[in-house]
Amino acid sequence: MLIVYAILALGLMGLLFGLMLAVAARIFAVEVDPRVEAVKDAVPGANCGACGYAGCAKFAEAVVSGEAKANDCIPGGEETVKAIAEILGGDIETSVSPVATLFCIGDCFKASDRFVYDGVQDCAVAGEFNDGFKNCSYGCLGYGNCVKVCLFDAIYMGKHGLPVVDEEKCTGCGLCASACPRELIQMLPPGEEGYLVLCSSQDRGKTVSRACEVGCIACKACVKVCPVEAIEMDGKLAVIDLEKCTDCGDCKEKCPPGTIHRRSAIPSEADALAAAAEKTAESA
Amino acid sequence: MGSTVFKGGVHPDYNKEITATMAVSPMKPPSKVVIPLQQHIGAPCEPLEGIEVGSEVKRGQKIADSTGFVSAPIHSSVSGKILAIGPYNHPLGSVLPAITIEPDGEDRWDESIKPGGDMENLSAADIRNIVREAGIVGMGGATFPAHVKLTPPAEKPIDVVVINGAECEPYLTADHRVMLEQPEEIVFGLKAIMKVLNADKAVIGIEDNKADAIRVLEKAIEGEENISIAHLHTKYPQGAEKMLIQVTTGRVVPAGGLPMDVGVVNFNVGTAIAINDAIREGKPLTERVVTVTGSGINRPANLLVRVGTLVSEVIEACGGMKESTMKLIVGGPMMGKAQVNDDIPVIKGTSGILALTDQDMYLAESSPCIRCAKCLDGCPMFLSPTGIAQFAEFEKYGDAEKLHAMDCFECGCCSYVCPSKIPLTQWIRIAKAEITKAKKK
Repeated sequence: MLIVYAILALGLMGLLFGLMLAVAARIFAVEVDPRVEAVKDAVPGANCGACGYAGCAKFAEAVVSGEAKANDCIPGGEETVKAIAEILGGDIETSVSPVATLFCIGDCFKASDRFVYDGVQDCAVAGEFNDGFKNCSYGCLGYGNCVKVCLFDAIYMGKHGLPVVDEEKCTGCGLCASACPRELIQMLPPGEEGYLVLCSSQDRGKTVSRACEVGCIACKACVKVCPVEAIEMDGKLAVIDLEKCTDCGDCKEKCPPGTIHRRSAIPSEADALAAAAEKTAESA
Repeated sequence: MGSTVFKGGVHPDYNKEITATMAVSPMKPPSKVVIPLQQHIGAPCEPLEGIEVGSEVKRGQKIADSTGFVSAPIHSSVSGKILAIGPYNHPLGSVLPAITIEPDGEDRWDESIKPGGDMENLSAADIRNIVREAGIVGMGGATFPAHVKLTPPAEKPIDVVVINGAECEPYLTADHRVMLEQPEEIVFGLKAIMKVLNADKAVIGIEDNKADAIRVLEKAIEGEENISIAHLHTKYPQGAEKMLIQVTTGRVVPAGGLPMDVGVVNFNVGTAIAINDAIREGKPLTERVVTVTGSGINRPANLLVRVGTLVSEVIEACGGMKESTMKLIVGGPMMGKAQVNDDIPVIKGTSGILALTDQDMYLAESSPCIRCAKCLDGCPMFLSPTGIAQFAEFEKYGDAEKLHAMDCFECGCCSYVCPSKIPLTQWIRIAKAEITKAKKK
């Protein structure tokens, strides 16, 4: 008999509380735009922060409220923009996500070291100690702060001591660019055309040529040869304006240390290793 | 008297026998001196009026000073002509302004150098002024201006002066040698300090691996009722301010506090000698004893070196450096700074120059923390080095501060004992720098 009372009592209490909860849910209901949930599902969900909002959920709210644009989500790319357009309706301009490009080709074979660094394996820390262990105080230190922050596994540290960007995976979020203490990574629109000066050194030419085989020595040969005046000197460094560049390649021909490369032919890890092997074979 | 040992710490190989029996010999005058304008903790100095390229200076002449209170003037260590005023490599790892002087070989002293008079006739303020004008800083390596320590605020009276003769850094024997060779000067300097501070007691702390120095100083203080010698257990970092005060007086300096908070002030034996020289002979601090040692040095020695002498010349005077040298350190192996090249001057705080070959050292790969807690046992400040280091690695400097990162004085015990070879001290140093930076904002 006891068990029947117990079941009845608990059953009734359950009903009562359930009723209370149902009423409370009706009275204190929070209006949620179903579109926010839909947008949240459409974005990549890496919480990378490239849009400038605190995570993907906040971004979704901002897009629905009209505060943010759909193409602010750089990692999502075209697909996400289309998906958001479908959810919200109307035309939304798409944009192409940029690609991380390293403005240093002074790998561990071409840029010489000043001393053996044996401290904390972190670019920012290594760079603080006596201006870094390389002779060049602007170049890549190769401890991979950019690799550590990438959420999309799009950068790895090459055997030649420089980070390598996997353009397929790179979403253009720019986390690597802000992680680099020497500001060597720039986010550029994707493309194969145009030439770049792949160096960031502001040292005098003499200092650069002592420190690195492929550093910009500020000789201005490229500035003089450029037919469309797309190259300007920024201090002791030549900078090519990609918008003006006509892809003629005259500057690359003239560049004495070989700092200038076409975007489609930036020296890869394999190139660097092959060049180094050739050099050792020569000296042996 | 407290216990003669503190908790934590490590027992590294001391390697002091290389130079312990070598008497201090003056190094031949250098061919050039480079005198940095920042050789102390505090405000950097500015060249005085009339000190410019081409002007003649004499030995002991004041060439730079600052209006800041926490600062110490800088004197020329040779007589000669100023070659340049500009940035030069500094042993602390950056490029700082310095005055380069070419000696004329005559070593003429400046006219202003004259004895300060009898101690009985000098007031506390006189002595304090002599110490400041002589540019005396803590010679143990911290280079804190001595006159600042001699000016405690009125609400914090000093009753005990502790003289640091522990010299716990491996390899270094500079303090050991001066204790053997200049005991009387140390006691005179100590008495001057006691007079300025009105302290009625003094303790000289010496590690028991320097039994001969203890004997010599015990003889020197015979008849002095208020000066005693503490025989300290040999353990690193016995010579660190807080550890030394704890074992010699039994007082514990509070976290974030200074020795003066517990009525103690602490001077190195070298500083006591510098104060002696300033009062008795009027000489400013222009030279110091440097231990040049390590397996990479051909003829290790204890040298009396002029401030501003280039390390390359000092090493040359010791028969040069071996080919197999891998690391050059200014200071001791535990707290000294590794150098990028030998084109750096000896400064007031340079107690040693150490060259290590591949026999003594190897480059270790660090591996993840295995939570063995050896660093916690080794830390003399009872911190959690691994915790602070991990917060530093993930840039959580606020959390590192909550673990009292600022109480770390970078003795290096944690890095020394770590079986995973994690550069703990270096991470903590980064955390400290970031915390200080955030506070300044």
